[in-house]
Amino acid sequence: MPYHSPQLLTEIGRTAQTLRIEVLKMVYHAQSGHIGGAFSAAEIIAALYFHHLRLDPARPDWPERDRMLVSKGHCSALLYAALAVRGFFPIEELSSFRQLDSRLQGHPDRLKLPGVEMSAGPLGHGIAVGAGMALALRMASAKPSSQSAPSSRASAGRVYVLLGDGEINAGIVWEGAMTAAKYRLGNMTAILDYNGIQQTGATADVLPTEPILDKWEAFGWHVQEIHGHNVGDILGALDRADEVHARPSMIVARTTKGKGVGFMEYDHRWHGMPPNTEQFERAMTELQEGLTQWQA
Amino acid sequence: MAGMMSMRKAYGEALVRLGRTRADVVALSADVSNSDYSYLFDQAFPDRFFNVGIAEQCLVDVAAGLAYCGKVPFANTFAFLFATRALEMVRSHLCYGGANVKLMAAYAGLSDSFDGPTHHAITDLAIMRSLPNMTVVVPGDPVAVDRLLPQVAAWEGPVYFRLNRNEVPLLFDESYAPVIGKAVTLREGQDVTLVCCGLMVSRALEAAAQLERQRVRARVLEVHTLKPIDEEAIVRAATETGALVTAEEHTIVGGLGSAVAEVISERAPVPLRRVGLRDRFAESGPYEALLEKYGLSVPSIVEAAQSAMAAKRR
Repeated sequence: MPYHSPQLLTEIGRTAQTLRIEVLKMVYHAQSGHIGGAFSAAEIIAALYFHHLRLDPARPDWPERDRMLVSKGHCSALLYAALAVRGFFPIEELSSFRQLDSRLQGHPDRLKLPGVEMSAGPLGHGIAVGAGMALALRMASAKPSSQSAPSSRASAGRVYVLLGDGEINAGIVWEGAMTAAKYRLGNMTAILDYNGIQQTGATADVLPTEPILDKWEAFGWHVQEIHGHNVGDILGALDRADEVHARPSMIVARTTKGKGVGFMEYDHRWHGMPPNTEQFERAMTELQEGLTQWQA
Repeated sequence: MAGMMSMRKAYGEALVRLGRTRADVVALSADVSNSDYSYLFDQAFPDRFFNVGIAEQCLVDVAAGLAYCGKVPFANTFAFLFATRALEMVRSHLCYGGANVKLMAAYAGLSDSFDGPTHHAITDLAIMRSLPNMTVVVPGDPVAVDRLLPQVAAWEGPVYFRLNRNEVPLLFDESYAPVIGKAVTLREGQDVTLVCCGLMVSRALEAAAQLERQRVRARVLEVHTLKPIDEEAIVRAATETGALVTAEEHTIVGGLGSAVAEVISERAPVPLRRVGLRDRFAESGPYEALLEKYGLSVPSIVEAAQSAMAAKRR
């Protein structure tokens, strides 16, 4: 497993916190948007967009890029923050989130904004659409056989999918999972942001998903479980998944909904609620303090 | 009439020809490839054919993923499944997301007659037509399938291509040259226009022949593309003949009849009669008998033409 320097881990941890700050500003300014599930995925998104993914902001349509599908489209604010900080479009544009004439639609629109690979919002699409992409990329690659490839990383771009845990209630997720396994799509990695909370309560109460690791294994996937706010864990699991052949890979990332702001953590009400001014200021103070911790 | 020919077989063969000329064409199935004849493509190009199982939502999503990476996917399953079970996928990825997927809607109308109303597709045109960015094409016979399929592949954006299960009358010869978006005048006439698509084209032509014996000169306008609809041809027909009849293997709600009504009510209001299912489900039975019982018949068209012409004279 490749070595990840402490500097890299610190840098990505700090970037994740920066993205949280941008998300908070966007949702507060728009008085609309989804904070909880954005905060739970901040380290995952930062690790992908600021280290692991093969992409070029100057060439969003580069054929050999990796395809990153944010299937939990309601964490659009986090995706937009990552794309802007990564250089796909000006950071100032983030203030247009969810406003008229903006490229930053409530949920991501692939035809409007560079860097968005899939229009998302209705939940569940990422695995099946990603399977179609992985099939196409494997056809395009010089090494069509999953058996002969020394590393699927050597071929055309890979497909990455970020899913929410409530999202996997949807049957289409499991249809897509079976298709990805049938076609032995070793060039596909999914990350499950397993924060345990969905819109109206705990996932365990709404529609139990455990035993989650067994489920994905039974569907024919390679499965890893990690601490989803530990950058070293995330990077290591992504590297490991790249080396899995002939099977799609699932990384179950145990996370905390609303991570980074004490009064938002573990509270399903912060799934889709914008903060008022007092809440915004308290949250911003806490996030800024978190940022200084990374700079220490 | 030059006899009958299987539309699904013609489709499967046309798809194989398309696969030979276009390497970017791939085909997908929800495990009904021996019904819709897409198995012929599987036999010819096994590396470009994907069977996702009995999972129509997955069928459309996987096709969208292939399209996002530059392929031109032809997704195959029954018409009603595209229009109902997989509709959200169609809307979100094909129509909103711009995935260049072609929906090959098999067993449309009442053509899967014995399987009954669960398998009939009588609301699919209304549903598909209502979606922004969707193109809706209904070939009239096997020759039309062959002529239109390469155009479907070359068309930029999603297409809903509505296919009949059965042997259907062979209407067209080598001279037939349909173009997506352009209506075809199959018969000239000044007294009334029979606007038709799909299987009902043959019935409209028969109705026109019967009307001629009553000294009524009926124009027959084939509108194989319901969307984008050829407004000019319809307005011209309304202006020049003063009365319209629509005939479609679909309910009278939201399909060809509605599309024509939308055009003429704004641009050239004339009497209109719609032939189609009267907003109800059909039942199991032999195809021909079902078409007769549910009003998709030559006498229904003739009667509708007389009624429209009578309204014109008032």
